Amino acid sequence: MIEAKKVVKVFGDREILHSIDAIFETGKTNLIIGKSGSGKTVLLKSLVGLYDIDKGDIQFDGRSIARMNQKQKKELRKEIGMLFQGSALFDSLTVEQNVMFPLEMFTEMSFEERRERANFCLQRVNIVNSNYLYPSEISGGMQKRVAIARAIALNPKYLFCDEPNSGLDPVTAAVIDDLISEITKEYGITTIMNTHDMNSVFSIGEKIIFISEGNKMWEGSSDTIVGAGCKALDEFISTTSNIVNRLK
Amino acid sequence: MFGLSIFEHIGKYCIFMRQVCRSPEKWRVFGRNILAEIDKVGVDSLGIVTIISLFVGAVVCIQTANNLDNPFIPNFTVAFATRECIILEFSPTIICLVLAGKVGSNISSEIGTMRITEQIDALDIMGINSAGYLSAPKIVAMIVSVPLLVIYSIAVGIYGGYLAGKYTGLVPPDDFIYGIHFSLKPHYIPYSLFKSTIFGFIIASISSYCGYYTHGGALEVGKSSTRAVVVSSIVVLIFNLIITQILLS
Repeated sequence: MIEAKKVVKVFGDREILHSIDAIFETGKTNLIIGKSGSGKTVLLKSLVGLYDIDKGDIQFDGRSIARMNQKQKKELRKEIGMLFQGSALFDSLTVEQNVMFPLEMFTEMSFEERRERANFCLQRVNIVNSNYLYPSEISGGMQKRVAIARAIALNPKYLFCDEPNSGLDPVTAAVIDDLISEITKEYGITTIMNTHDMNSVFSIGEKIIFISEGNKMWEGSSDTIVGAGCKALDEFISTTSNIVNRLK
Repeated sequence: MFGLSIFEHIGKYCIFMRQVCRSPEKWRVFGRNILAEIDKVGVDSLGIVTIISLFVGAVVCIQTANNLDNPFIPNFTVAFATRECIILEFSPTIICLVLAGKVGSNISSEIGTMRITEQIDALDIMGINSAGYLSAPKIVAMIVSVPLLVIYSIAVGIYGGYLAGKYTGLVPPDDFIYGIHFSLKPHYIPYSLFKSTIFGFIIASISSYCGYYTHGGALEVGKSSTRAVVVSSIVVLIFNLIITQILLS
């Protein structure tokens, strides 16, 4: 479980996150939703430690980041996997080397063991016969799946996903969503995912937090999101639905 | 990045270098990365170093010969002047300025692209010291490669002078070889190598710094790359003056 307690993040003289409280539950796909510029990515990056928060605290299963020294933070990061919006695969490494990378850095596994683990992770995300290709030689959807394989290579306890299906076609986006959801269940991971895609919300959102202009406006599940009585959320859903209907 | 004053940059650079100097996560990976970088910054620069050294050595020889037209000045003086020029200034400084352009821009754009495509964030999330992982092997590789390239450049430059003297008929080969040995001051070589080692460090560290703190998109990567070349060239020239004053005066 990850707990955010009154998290405040300021850039320059602008307060981006205003005292956010949230609990992200273990074994569930927790979603942070909101419009572009609402502070979703800042919250996610603050949770994961890429941004230092200005006030408040973040606890990973009771372990407070604020009270951790550098060594403890480093240890904690080995328990974290992250899937970036743009995949963030290392350009200079092949698909297989990308997945083997964290294993090489943090385990004493032999080359054969690392390769076996990498292949297992790649098969888990349905990537076959692409081990020796470079990220630039595979599609966006495949890059996302390789990034998931890399994120789960060290059996993380926490998985963070920053808009994992942005830039993907709806079918591939659904495949990525399902994969994240399945992996969350399979390994009992605490997954936190940023999205503004309502398809993801309805298909995999078990716990949802809605953010608007840096404030947490609502939290609940996909079953209770429609007609939740939160004006900003209703507007967000209706706008998204209107766009979907127009496209239909 | 433009908004910061020079003192803020120096402070930020020092913090960056402190991060770079931390012990690597895995020494084996670090060693492997150094070898890969030596191949990239050293071996891949051999071609350009050869061409520039050969031609500049030849031009220095011809220009010196054409300007020393007094019959009382012996021919071997041309080779002597060519040698001094190449050992003291051309190979350690001009070659390093060329490397600042070739290798410096490459380092900066590579790290800058990794920054804007979140690859550096990915390293940080994994708990890897990204500054050290990316920059330290490049800095070590430059410190190792640049003096070797300078030795090679000295040899090729003098050979270029020899060929020019021989084929233009300005300096006969025997005179040239005599001039090369004439009044050789052995401490010039370590001075030249010391200078180039410092320059190698400057180029790699400043370029890494510029790349590491890139923000924005492709445009900023280009700007960082240009900034890396300009700043490292200026710093190389300033240190050239300081080191020369300290070691040769």
